[in-house]
Amino acid sequence: MSIEAHSITKSFGTFEALRSVNLDVKEGELVALLGPSGSGKTTLLRIIAGLEFADAGNVLFDGEDATERSARDRRVGFVFQHYALFRHMSVFENVAFGLRVRPRRDRPAKREIDERVHELLRLVQLDGMSQRLPSQLSGGQRQRVALARALAVRPRVLLLDEPFGALDSRVRKDLRRWLRELHDELHITSVFVTHDQEEALELADRVVVMNQGRIEQVGTPEQVYHEPATRFVYEFLGDVNIFRERSEDPRHGGIYVRPHCVDITRQPGGAGTMSARVQRVHVAGPTVKVELVTDIGDLVQAEISQQQQRHLVLAREDQVFVRPVESRAFDEDYSI
Amino acid sequence: MGLLRTRRSVLPGFGLTLGFTVIYLSLLILIPLAGLFVKSASLTGAEFLAAVGSPRALAAYRLSFGASFAAAATNAGFGLLVAWVLVRYRFPGRGVVDALVDLPFALPTAVAGITLTTLLAKNGWLGRYLEPLGISVAYTPLGITVALVFIGLPFVVRTVQPVLQDLEPELEEAAASLGANRFETFRRVLFPTLWPALVTGFALAFARSLGEYGSVVFISGNMPMKTEIAPLLIVTQLEQYEYGAATAIAAVLLVLSFVLLLGINAFQRYGTRRLAGAGTSS
Amino acid sequence: MTSAPAQPDWTLAPATPPRATSAITDPPWVRVLLIGVALAFLGLFLVLPLVTVFAQAFSKGIGVYVDAITDPMALAAMRLTLLVAAVSVPINAVFGIAAAWAIAKFEFRGKSLLIALIDLPFAVSPVVSGLIFVLLFGAQGLVGPWLIEHGVRIIFAVPGILLATTFITFPFVARELIPLMQEQGTDEEEAAVSLGASGFQVFRRVTLPNVSLGLLYGIVLLNARAMGEFGAVSVVSGHIRGQTNTMPLHVEILYNEYQGAAAFAVASLLALLAVVTLIVKRGLEWRMGRASRAI
Repeated sequence: MSIEAHSITKSFGTFEALRSVNLDVKEGELVALLGPSGSGKTTLLRIIAGLEFADAGNVLFDGEDATERSARDRRVGFVFQHYALFRHMSVFENVAFGLRVRPRRDRPAKREIDERVHELLRLVQLDGMSQRLPSQLSGGQRQRVALARALAVRPRVLLLDEPFGALDSRVRKDLRRWLRELHDELHITSVFVTHDQEEALELADRVVVMNQGRIEQVGTPEQVYHEPATRFVYEFLGDVNIFRERSEDPRHGGIYVRPHCVDITRQPGGAGTMSARVQRVHVAGPTVKVELVTDIGDLVQAEISQQQQRHLVLAREDQVFVRPVESRAFDEDYSI
Repeated sequence: MGLLRTRRSVLPGFGLTLGFTVIYLSLLILIPLAGLFVKSASLTGAEFLAAVGSPRALAAYRLSFGASFAAAATNAGFGLLVAWVLVRYRFPGRGVVDALVDLPFALPTAVAGITLTTLLAKNGWLGRYLEPLGISVAYTPLGITVALVFIGLPFVVRTVQPVLQDLEPELEEAAASLGANRFETFRRVLFPTLWPALVTGFALAFARSLGEYGSVVFISGNMPMKTEIAPLLIVTQLEQYEYGAATAIAAVLLVLSFVLLLGINAFQRYGTRRLAGAGTSS
Repeated sequence: MTSAPAQPDWTLAPATPPRATSAITDPPWVRVLLIGVALAFLGLFLVLPLVTVFAQAFSKGIGVYVDAITDPMALAAMRLTLLVAAVSVPINAVFGIAAAWAIAKFEFRGKSLLIALIDLPFAVSPVVSGLIFVLLFGAQGLVGPWLIEHGVRIIFAVPGILLATTFITFPFVARELIPLMQEQGTDEEEAAVSLGASGFQVFRRVTLPNVSLGLLYGIVLLNARAMGEFGAVSVVSGHIRGQTNTMPLHVEILYNEYQGAAAFAVASLLALLAVVTLIVKRGLEWRMGRASRAI
């Protein structure tokens, strides 16, 4: 099922959460809403789900206006940030809930419900735990129950609100991979909210970068990372250095360079080279992070491979030369 | 309903539950309460003042206030002690004692009243020891105070206990590491933290004591001008069909209690705000 | 948009004293002294009266005790007390649930006023509470004469007692459920709605089980108060033996007639109720995993 959101506007009191936002999600896509807190991403998700109502704008499912439909009637599966499992119900009862509350004529028979629940528990690899209570599960397990519960009613859309936010990083990485595999298998249109750019880039078919109630850019992970449309997108997705020319107005945007795109040499390079002094060198896993200060006082963070360091042998107080290899400039309006 | 709600919610039942709540409250509280003030208003100003300011009424207020204050103060001191002992120390029967603190809440006031009177009368189990010492308890203001101490006992304990429970040991450890002995630590570090809860508990006990009837009416002897508390005065006026006077005194008592309650609520809010961010965790 | 914090674990054991280290442990003599004084105080003010009730009840022998509690007037008083509880408990429980649902799950103007109003009976002297019903429904009251004309007696009759007691006790369940529901937030209910549950299904399947212990707790407190109320009932009842006397009023009458042992006999039943209430309250508190707090 495709989702369209047209001109969605929403305020909470004086706080403008969403300003005339437009979104287009194609059938079967896995889309990430990425942004810092306060960017409106969760609000947008909840409006799509029908858990909030927009002040203005429309939500369409498969071209049909669903704006006034209640959450109950939208057949969306929603996975909450803190799982919202029914604490007094077992895993089985949690997953079966959506099927049991159907009006009598739509309700499947008990045996059917049983089968469906067990099918889903197998899918999320929790089959042996159907009698446990949520309090007896780990965070990762609870998340999977929440997912199974949302999938039980065969939703047309799956919406996930910071699904892995409350988990530690090892579990998070595993679940990320698993979610992607699940999506590839089930092909349900899915939208998930995250503030973790690594997560968005790794999982999504398309990324929607949001900031202060507006969409900054929509594109594939490659597009938003390598071809950021705005300064915000560039800064939000990955570390950034800002290089200025010596004579430039300090208020000027400068050029944006990723740490791994900074070339460090002992001899002056071609055009664009600046001299700099090494402040700190430290090994970080597979790469070596170098902090330098240019002679006009700018801090530069560079990343080089271990091999390059073996060749250069950089150390504190060394005078070297830096040159941006790949960079980006933005025609931004200046704030006054 | 759109005017009333500040945020449209997805959960159902707002109209139903709020409607029922408001209707129930109106029928049960607001209308009868309005009746009280309407009736008071039917008295002329002079009548009102005469009823409210008569020597007997003034004596009753003095007694009610004085005894309630004394009882609440006693409870503040002992209540703090009891709360401390229950939270900090372990001893056999602690659980039972902790549960017993709620007895004045659970026991009907009339039962408390006759029991205390029996205990403290001249030939009662306690009274017989106090009488030779010249201390008359039953049928005196002292007796009233004792009954009010019983009634108010749980208030201070239960308001202070949670605060004591949530205290982080780190505060005291810091004080100790800086050289303070236990008493100084209590005085300078712990007591200021407990103070708001203590005041709240005191005020709650005080408010409760002001209106107390059942446990006091037996031990007081109800002598006008001497041991007649305000609630009893109201009842006496009622029995003599002096509805006007009864209403006037009741209205005054009601307004005072209400002011006290609002004051307590405001103070509680002020207290929690003040202590937020006080240190280790909030 | 914020979600509720991690759900509290209701299966925790009651809080234990903070870990004691040598730096902050009081010296033994201090402990003994403080415990001693506290226990003496409590013993004097709590244990002694409780023991006295039963001692006095049996002071003239078991015969008198049994007579006192099987006396027809006493039985009538017990029936009335039970009736009062049977009426005020369910009705106030329903109110408490409705009020807590409205307050905890929705945002609306005037919420704090509503909450303050719910606390009202705690601010009012029981005598004043009784008085306001007399002023409304009594023979010289606002609507009393009209009602009496039509054969409806409220004051000095059972309805007045029911009304006064319901007034006195209505905050108990609400005050228990409101913070509980507020703490639990709306996440689970929203999840239920998103899964297709109707309003009633959400309430019955999700909310009610989550607050069942709190509800029971409030009901236990409500019941104790309803059965033991004296001041308000005294004002509205007219003390008509056999008809408008609840157990506390019956105790008063017996005591004033110098039938001390009989009075204490009936009182002992109420004291027993109080003890049972304390035990159940304690048990529920332990199940709910939190420290005792003031009602």
